[in-house]
Amino acid sequence: MKNTKIRKRSNAPIFWGLFGGGGMLAALFGPMLVFITGLAIPLGLLLPADTMSYAKMLAFAQNILGKGFIFAVIALFMWHAAHRIFHSLHEFGVHAGTGCKLLTYGVAFVSTIVAAVILLGL
Amino acid sequence: MSDTQKIIEIEVLRYNPESDQEPHSQVYKVPFTDDMSVLQGAQYIKDNFDGSLTYRWSCRMAICGSCGMMINGVPKLSCETFLRDYYPNRIRIEAMAHFPIEKDLVVDLSGFMEKLEAIQPYIIPKEPRTLEQGEYIQTPSQFAEFIQYTSCINCTLCYAACPQVGLNPDFIGPAAIALAHRYNMDSRDGGQAQRMELLASEDGVYNCSAVGYCSEVCPKHVDPGNAVNVNKIHAAKDYFLRFLSPKGGSK
Repeated sequence: MKNTKIRKRSNAPIFWGLFGGGGMLAALFGPMLVFITGLAIPLGLLLPADTMSYAKMLAFAQNILGKGFIFAVIALFMWHAAHRIFHSLHEFGVHAGTGCKLLTYGVAFVSTIVAAVILLGL
Repeated sequence: MSDTQKIIEIEVLRYNPESDQEPHSQVYKVPFTDDMSVLQGAQYIKDNFDGSLTYRWSCRMAICGSCGMMINGVPKLSCETFLRDYYPNRIRIEAMAHFPIEKDLVVDLSGFMEKLEAIQPYIIPKEPRTLEQGEYIQTPSQFAEFIQYTSCINCTLCYAACPQVGLNPDFIGPAAIALAHRYNMDSRDGGQAQRMELLASEDGVYNCSAVGYCSEVCPKHVDPGNAVNVNKIHAAKDYFLRFLSPKGGSK
């Protein structure tokens, strides 16, 4: 590193921001979602059996707030995971750079688009 | 030497740039007493076995930051690490990780010096101030914002600890960022925008993956990991708000 070097501004804040947003959501809602969708509903605990029936879920996804929630949970979780995997690969010595970036952030990007298209189509 | 004299094996990573292709280990059997530090162990080797053994030291009391080395793989100041805590096992001392070795336990710190210089570790006044205006007044809470970061002694143990420094030697690194933060947080300072150019760059804070080992090994209880991560937030704000604010730091 030389002091005279012209330094390029890092574009990391975009990905770090999405990572941070996803991390916050995951911390706030992740365990609850795992409990509801993975334990409570299948095992019939606490919640009425038809809580996640198709009709109810469809109505939830058709509501603008419901759409927003589902979109945020899918997209931001994916960006969070992509960023974490990208940096973990780096720490394990895989520095494929652009390739790794495309693979990890690419999956998050595609998931975001797919989630948006499907939710808007409902 | 009495019969009860305890002897510890010290394995030293040796490297002489004039004769060695690469570093190699050498083991010395050092008689020691319970009050002897690892640094004193190295001094015993130099005085009694091999006068060419090279290492840095000065104060012997964890103030100067010169005697950092890897002790059984952990970055530590050798003056405040005691042989008795390793006995009867062998102790291995090596030059600090992530730095080029100059000779034996001495590393080349010029890269760190450049980084330190680059963050401008001094107060850059907001505006010129005349003598008639008197001294700066600082409240205890303004003082508390930066005081812990002033404790840094530039021992660079945090660089030896940081896996990201190991992967990208251009990363400005924990201590230099902690010092940038120290001056940024000072109410007398107005150099945030100038330092932001560096912190927000590709060599800047986002190289950090929040491992936190830098703060763990710090002998002065500075928390460089916190300084780095707080500045991720500052750099992100600067990134997104630079078009709104004329004070945006980077180009």
